[in-house]
Amino acid sequence: MAKTLYDKIWDAHVVHEAEDGTCLLYIDRHLVHEVTSPQAFEGLRMAGRRVRHPEATTAVPDHNVPTDLDRAKGIKDEESRIQVEALRQNAKDFGIEIFDVADIRQGIVHIIGPEQGLTQPGMTIVCGDSHTATHGAFGALAHGIGTSEVEHVLATQTLIQKKSKNMKVEVTGTLPTGVTAKDITLSVIGETGTAGGTGHVIEYCGEAIRALSMEGRMTVCNMAIEGGARAGLIAPDQKTFAYLKGRPHAPKGDDWDKAMAYWATLFSDEGATYDRVLTLDAAKIAPVVTWGTSPEDVLPITATVPHPEDFADKGKQAAARRALDYMGLTPGMRLSDIEIDTVFIGSCTNGRIEDLREVARVMEGHKVKAGLRAMIVPGSGLVRKQAEEEGIARKLIEAGFDWRMAGCSMCLGMNPDQLAPGERCASTSNRNFEGRQGYKGRTHLMSPAMAAAAAITGRLTDVREIA
Amino acid sequence: MDKFTKLTGVAAPLPQINVDTDMIIPKQFLKTIKRTGLGVSLFSEMRYDSDGRENPDFVLNKPAYRDAKILVAGENFGCGSSREHAPWAILDFGIRCVIAPSFADIFYNNCFKNGILPIVLPQEEVDKLMDDAERGANAIVTVDLESQTITGPDGGSIGFEVDPFRKHCLLNGLDDIGLTMEKADAIADFEAKRATRTPWLAGA
Ligand code: SF4
Repeated sequence: MAKTLYDKIWDAHVVHEAEDGTCLLYIDRHLVHEVTSPQAFEGLRMAGRRVRHPEATTAVPDHNVPTDLDRAKGIKDEESRIQVEALRQNAKDFGIEIFDVADIRQGIVHIIGPEQGLTQPGMTIVCGDSHTATHGAFGALAHGIGTSEVEHVLATQTLIQKKSKNMKVEVTGTLPTGVTAKDITLSVIGETGTAGGTGHVIEYCGEAIRALSMEGRMTVCNMAIEGGARAGLIAPDQKTFAYLKGRPHAPKGDDWDKAMAYWATLFSDEGATYDRVLTLDAAKIAPVVTWGTSPEDVLPITATVPHPEDFADKGKQAAARRALDYMGLTPGMRLSDIEIDTVFIGSCTNGRIEDLREVARVMEGHKVKAGLRAMIVPGSGLVRKQAEEEGIARKLIEAGFDWRMAGCSMCLGMNPDQLAPGERCASTSNRNFEGRQGYKGRTHLMSPAMAAAAAITGRLTDVREIA
Repeated sequence: MDKFTKLTGVAAPLPQINVDTDMIIPKQFLKTIKRTGLGVSLFSEMRYDSDGRENPDFVLNKPAYRDAKILVAGENFGCGSSREHAPWAILDFGIRCVIAPSFADIFYNNCFKNGILPIVLPQEEVDKLMDDAERGANAIVTVDLESQTITGPDGGSIGFEVDPFRKHCLLNGLDDIGLTMEKADAIADFEAKRATRTPWLAGA
């Protein structure tokens, strides 16, 4: 029978299936960070359990770490420090590799997985973080899990799961100039809603997806969770293999050839069926921004702020009223008239080298508008280094950006990088929830190119007018 | 994990859709290394003003709902991050059952791991329970997991679906890890096969 990519990876990992379809799924790779793991390790200790496969587990502190240049001096916030120290201690006690704060390889967990070659096609990958979906860009089945599940995977290298439904999102044609992977993924959510993918694993395919770089594909899969899906997937191809080859944890020698032979089987068969199919024409996707407090509140930059009455159902109307009030916006105003005071470039959605190159390209010949706070937080120490070597960092600093150390930073503001109440941010991150970037802070999600355009003009701006 | 058999108590109405995990427990409370003590911070940004004073209009601050055991909410409850701090905070507050037309996957899953029963009901039935819940302490609701029924204040009862395996675990307070460890042989067999089929993954 014709199988989807998801079916193939799933089938290859079932350890046990109960009559009701509950499966024990084998996990190939487990990524661990400081926020969602301490209680899991505590649980292991209390039960006298060990980590079944420390070598399949990698730890990195990212959510809490300060991004100041002098952070090697230590973390001032006591609770953050305790959490990072707990991760360090747990990694040591349980024999897990850790990319610690001072290590050049440290960075956002979903950036370093691919960067180190820990993420490979056909794998099952989990992490106590919903954006684990990112790794699906390599044709890996990657789930975000809760802390109890983190403990379960540490102890057993398996996860109790029921199979999700298959959803296909096909993006046909070619993207217009100025439109990027971020616009694709936001537009898909705008189309399906934040619950549209619930219970599904989304496979992204079609010409426009194929044409994306690995970085772009990661951006797309990263936000599968914002559409409610458990995971996003893209079938691996030559780009995937070229990206992986030679990375520290990628297979070597004979293993590489064997792996390549297996990876080449990872695609959805002709005639495989999906529970749901969504088709988007790339040519119709515009540079988008969010106006509200849910990632589904997305509109082309050329549009105006909606009226609550524009929405059909009562729940959505109430949500829109609340969002407009929180965001301090008036229905009918042009999105491009919204003034911002902060620009945040970074996160596991858009903190990779290609994103920084894109920002540098748009900034060419321009400066950050006076009075704006504009920060760039590379996704990892290695991304930071590469940008410095390519000369991008210098250009961005000269343009007026604050060039920081790697981490999650203002994507969720667990470290000191936060919005003050009422501050408005053009952000390349993935969530615009109330308070996400700081108490009463206001977030507009967009692509790196669009965030750069906003940095130049000080308001939400159509990047096509600039570069 | 505490068993969940039958729960009787006040149901608090939260008629909002897309209640996300940042609302349930904002990030500043994720810095704990413990599972307990998060109840006071549940819904923090809606529950308290910036000086930490209670907002009297927020449902859980109203006298009738301070001891609520059940929460009735709008669709897509628990969307957003995977933080298990969300169900921990709900549990620590004293709520052991959340009823909504739909839930986000990870949150839904996390509930069961912590002895919380998430119940999905059609919108009309949630609307009805929401009306009941508006009546505060006059509206005691009973959730019986064994018989899979919710009995409202007026005696009418509503049936609900729950996955049999999850029901079994909740009723008996079973720990998933212990159950999985009973399958240690199957896991070892799988690993042996995996080492020949995808040798580059063994020890990777
Ligand atoms: S960058 Fe943001 S979304 Fe990504 S892992 Fe960090 S906090 Fe989560």
